[in-house]
Amino acid sequence: MSTAITASARRHERPTASWRLTDRLGLGLAWLLGLLFCAIAGAIVVFFLIEGVRYLRPALLVTNPVAGVSQGETGGFLDPLLGTVIIGAMAMAIAIPVGVAIAVWLSEFGRPTLMARVAESAIEMMAGEPAVVLALFGLTLFELPALGFLSQTSHGVVLGQSFFAAAALLSLVGLPLVVASTREGLQAIPAHVREASYALGKTKIATTRRVLLPAARPSVITGSMLGLGRVIGDTAIVLLLLGGTLTFQPANSTPVLGVLRGTGDTLTGYMYYNSPAGDGNSHSKAYAAAFVLMLIVLALNLGVDVVVRRSRRAVRWS
Amino acid sequence: MELRKPPPVRRLTGYEVPSSPPSNGNGLHAAAGFRLPARLGAPSMVAIDRMQVEELSVSYGHKPAVQSVSLPIRQGEVLALIGPSGCGKTTLLRSLNRLTELTRGASLRGRITLDDVDVAHMDATALRRRVTMVFQQPNPFPMSVFDNVAYVLREQASRRPRRAAVQGAVHEALARAGLLDEMAGSLDHPALRLSGGQQQRLCIARALAANPQVLLLDEPCSALDPVSTRLIEELIAKLREDVAVVIVTHNLQQAYRVADYVAFMYLGELVEYGSAHKMFGSPREQRTKEYIGGAFG
Repeated sequence: MSTAITASARRHERPTASWRLTDRLGLGLAWLLGLLFCAIAGAIVVFFLIEGVRYLRPALLVTNPVAGVSQGETGGFLDPLLGTVIIGAMAMAIAIPVGVAIAVWLSEFGRPTLMARVAESAIEMMAGEPAVVLALFGLTLFELPALGFLSQTSHGVVLGQSFFAAAALLSLVGLPLVVASTREGLQAIPAHVREASYALGKTKIATTRRVLLPAARPSVITGSMLGLGRVIGDTAIVLLLLGGTLTFQPANSTPVLGVLRGTGDTLTGYMYYNSPAGDGNSHSKAYAAAFVLMLIVLALNLGVDVVVRRSRRAVRWS
Repeated sequence: MELRKPPPVRRLTGYEVPSSPPSNGNGLHAAAGFRLPARLGAPSMVAIDRMQVEELSVSYGHKPAVQSVSLPIRQGEVLALIGPSGCGKTTLLRSLNRLTELTRGASLRGRITLDDVDVAHMDATALRRRVTMVFQQPNPFPMSVFDNVAYVLREQASRRPRRAAVQGAVHEALARAGLLDEMAGSLDHPALRLSGGQQQRLCIARALAANPQVLLLDEPCSALDPVSTRLIEELIAKLREDVAVVIVTHNLQQAYRVADYVAFMYLGELVEYGSAHKMFGSPREQRTKEYIGGAFG
């Protein structure tokens, strides 16, 4: 019986020849859609590559934007680029520790059960929340007089727009990805590895710190990079909570704190301003900024790939 | 941790050293179908009572896993727990260091003592440092070979004492597991890069680092190749002088090679407990005879 099957399979060149028509149509459709999306992704990359290379000048990276009429007078995007870096660092500085802590709690402790379940759905909800909703909520929050020290005050009114405010809300955008990825990493660790540590007289906390988190480190890094990608790609929160003011507008002359309490911009805000839909009227510079942002995001994705690939070999139990 | 009183020392009886293993000419009548392999090492002549299991019953929810089992565990002897899958031998083993507590819904009746102290009254982490365990799958931690052993010697999550201070103890543990010479140049290599057999011996070294009184082995060789298995069995034969060894195994040949005493469990009950000599030679119970003869399992 089996020899007959192999013989007939060998007679046909293609392995799909014996498939039913619907299966073959499905396969064709899957291929078609796959290629379509590859083409779309490729088109985006190629478009910005061409536009970016055409308009990107080194000078753009080191000069600040200036409001102006013609392309020649609008300067570069130094401040938005720095803003992206600052906002990414600040948001992830909040999102990573909090996210890892939540993931450890959900995965390793999970008590009280009801609270864990509520937290779980809250985080899922946050992941599905449109950023602009978060931004609006953040604005009402940071306009409270009690939080006035985090932004600027003018004539007794708290503006609520600052790097602090934007980073706090953007951390919520990155948080779900950190939590999900870390949890996945923790759950992939076989139960006997935990037990091996307990069986040597180690507490749950010691086990988590010395065994589980190091083992889940690749997942933490992956989640963080994905979260960072989401954070630096966000526009709504930047416009509402960072002000979208093209250049940094420090709250006062205190070196670092003044800038962080003041308003600013990121590459996404800059692109919005300079896009054909915005007020800036420097379209080519929007393309150049988009190209830079795309390079950053691509580099992050590449980093994720490298980490995942390396960790698959490094941390693996049978 | 001090011993409350010196544990009783006893001479083993009924243990004539087999003179010529290949012919099994030591008066044993092997149960049908079971060829006796050569035993490893001469039996220890002293035995020290370490643990006592008294009327232990464990159940998961309403499902009983172990039913009123009583047996002694002695240093100087290797005790093998044998029986078909799901007969409760691993549950019994995990009760000895209170790992069953970590399973939700597990409940335990009866008493287990370690050096005459009820383990239920001990601090679980302190107990587990004195009754350590090696698992079926090699599971070194994601750190260097050195740190895997040093982790046990350090207080909980602490990174102290520093490397220099624990070096002696780490080397000693690796030496006891017969791994020091092999690992001499690669103590800083990630432990997960070692071969399966080396990983398992590292797990044994780790388990020995705390100088435990009892070493629990849960099918330690079932994921390993024959050569690694041999190395570990030889190690077990050597270790029983300093530590009471309890080994769960599916492999009857292995039980015969390493064990001094054998407990046969079936459906959660302890069917028969006796010296390896007796269990493999002339078991009292019909079920033991059938299991050892290969009628089921």
